[in-house]
Amino acid sequence: MGMTFAQKVLAKKSGQNHVAVGQIVTVKPDYLLTHDNTAAIIGKIGTELEKYGVARNDLNLIVLDHVIPAASEKNAAGHKKVREFVKKYNIQHFFDLGEGICHQVVYEKGFARPGRIIVGSDSHTCSYGAVGTFATGVDRTESAALTLTGETWFKVPPTIKVTLKGQLSKGVSAKDIVLKIIGDISADGANYMAVEFHGDIQNLTMDDRFTIANMGIEMGAKIAAFPVDDSTQAFFSEYNIPFDASEVLWADEDADYVRELEYDLSSLEPVVAAPHTVDNVKPVGALEGTPLDQVLLGTCTNGRLSDFEAAAAILKGKKVHAGTRMLILPASRHIMREAMRLGYIDALVAAGAVMLPPGCGPCLGAHQGAMAPGEKTLSTANRNFKGRMGCKEAEIYLAGPATVAASALHGQITDPRKEVA
Amino acid sequence: MNVFKYGDDINTDMLFPGKYTYTCATAEEIKPHLLEDLDADFSATVQPGDVIFAGKNFGCGSSREQPALGLKAVGVKAIVAKGFSRIFYRASTNQGLLLIECADAVDAYNPGDTVEVKADAGEIVIAGKPYSFPKLPAEMMAIMEAGGLLAYTQKKLEAR
Repeated sequence: MGMTFAQKVLAKKSGQNHVAVGQIVTVKPDYLLTHDNTAAIIGKIGTELEKYGVARNDLNLIVLDHVIPAASEKNAAGHKKVREFVKKYNIQHFFDLGEGICHQVVYEKGFARPGRIIVGSDSHTCSYGAVGTFATGVDRTESAALTLTGETWFKVPPTIKVTLKGQLSKGVSAKDIVLKIIGDISADGANYMAVEFHGDIQNLTMDDRFTIANMGIEMGAKIAAFPVDDSTQAFFSEYNIPFDASEVLWADEDADYVRELEYDLSSLEPVVAAPHTVDNVKPVGALEGTPLDQVLLGTCTNGRLSDFEAAAAILKGKKVHAGTRMLILPASRHIMREAMRLGYIDALVAAGAVMLPPGCGPCLGAHQGAMAPGEKTLSTANRNFKGRMGCKEAEIYLAGPATVAASALHGQITDPRKEVA
Repeated sequence: MNVFKYGDDINTDMLFPGKYTYTCATAEEIKPHLLEDLDADFSATVQPGDVIFAGKNFGCGSSREQPALGLKAVGVKAIVAKGFSRIFYRASTNQGLLLIECADAVDAYNPGDTVEVKADAGEIVIAGKPYSFPKLPAEMMAIMEAGGLLAYTQKKLEAR
C-alpha cells in the first residue's frame, strides 16, 4: 500500500521508510512561525532561554502582523519584547510590522517549500500546503517548547482526498470552492485529518490554492495540501525562490484514503457562510438583499493580487453604497505595492474604501474596524464566529472577493455574477 | 461542584474573545474573560474540580491557548465532549488539562446528575453509571503526567 502526502513527509522527516496512520513520530520542523504572540511565548520560558538558549537561531520565523501598528501601550511593549529577543538570540528570520500577514510573508519569502514541515503558533499555518509544505498550527506552549528543543511529535493523520474537476464559472472563486466543501463536510469534517487536493489543479492559480489551503483549518484539518506543478514552479521563479525538484513529495497512486470527495468546478456557484459558523454555507441567492454596515476585502485568505483585481474590476469608476463602510487589507507590502502599481488600490480608494496596513486588521477583532451591536459585515476572511470582530452582537458573513465587492456596491449581499462582464 | 453543559462547535472566540488575545496572557488576565461571549456567569461561578460537558468540535478555530490555559488555571477537572478540535486537544494536553471524548457520557448527563471523573481508571461516572474512555497515547500521557509540556520540556532539557 502506498503512502499519502502526510505519510510521505512524516516518514522522511522522522527518518523512516514507512509510517502508518495513527503512528506517533518525532520530527524536527524546518521552521517555527510565531507573530505578535512571540512575546507571550518567550515570556513562558525566560529562565530556560537564559540557561539553554534557543534550539536553532534559524528555526524561528517571526512576523509582527496581528495588532500593527500597536493599538495600545501593551501591544507596543509586546512588540518591543519581541525585537529585544530577536537581537539577543540573533534570530535570523524576523519581519517587523509592515511586511505583511505572517502567512503571506512565509510564502513570498520562500520559507514554505515542497516537502518541508512548518509549525506555526497560528491556526492558518495550514496555508502553505498550497506549495506542498506540511504546515500546521499549534498552541503557544508548544511553540515555547519547540523554541527550546527544536522538535515535536505528530500523530500520522488519515487523509481525505478531494478531487476538483473542470473549471470555475465567471464570478465564482476559490473561496466558493472551499466554503462549499466546508459546508458539505462540516466544521469538523476533517478534524485530525490531512486533506489532499487532486484533479484539474492546473486550473487553479497559486492564489486560488492558497485561499483553499488557508481554510483547511475551518474543516478541522491538520494540513491541506496541493501537488507541486508548473504553476508552483512559476511562482517560485517569480519570487526568486530556489526550487529543488528532489524535495517534492506527493501521494502514491495507491495511497489509502479515509474519504474521497469529487467536485465539478463548473457547477459551483457563489456561496456565503452565514453567522456564526463557517460551515453554515448557503448559495448567495439565499441571502441576497441582507443589508451590510461594513465589508472587508483582504486578510490571509483573500488579500492577494487577484482578489484586489477582482474587486477593482467591479468597483472601478463606481462608489461604495452610502451607509456601507468598505475596508481593504492587502496581505503584504509586496501585494500592496503591486496593487498600487496596477491601479487596483486607487480604484477601490476612489470608490470609497479605507485602506488598512498589511496585517491582520479587524479579522480577529483586536483593532481597526471592530463591529457594533446589531451590525452586519460581509468579509473575505476565514471566520464568522460570534464575537470574532470584537462584538458578540454583530453578524459576520463570509464570501469571496467578487461577492464582497458587488455587495459593497449595493450595500447588501449581492450575487457577483450580476457585476462581472 | 458545578457541571456546565454547552452545545456543538464551541469555538475559541466563545471560549476567549480574540480582542483580548494580545493583551491577556497570564491566568489572572485570562480568567475574567473566560467563556465571556458564551456564558457570562462562568468566570464568577467556576470552581476547582468543576466539569464541562459539550457537543462536537469543542475548541474549534484559533490556535490561541488562553482557553486551555485559563480553564486549567481555574481548576476545571475535565472537559467531556463528543469531540474536540485538534489544536485545542493538543493545547489542553500541553497545559495538563484532561479532555475526555465520550459521546455517550455527554448524552447521558442531565442537569443535577452526580458526576465523578476517575482519570486513572479511564472512567467517568454519571448518576452512578460508569462510562469508559480510552487512555492517551504514551507520548501524550508523559506530557500530562509531567504537569504539562513546559514541565516536561524542562525535565528533558535537564536530562541532557
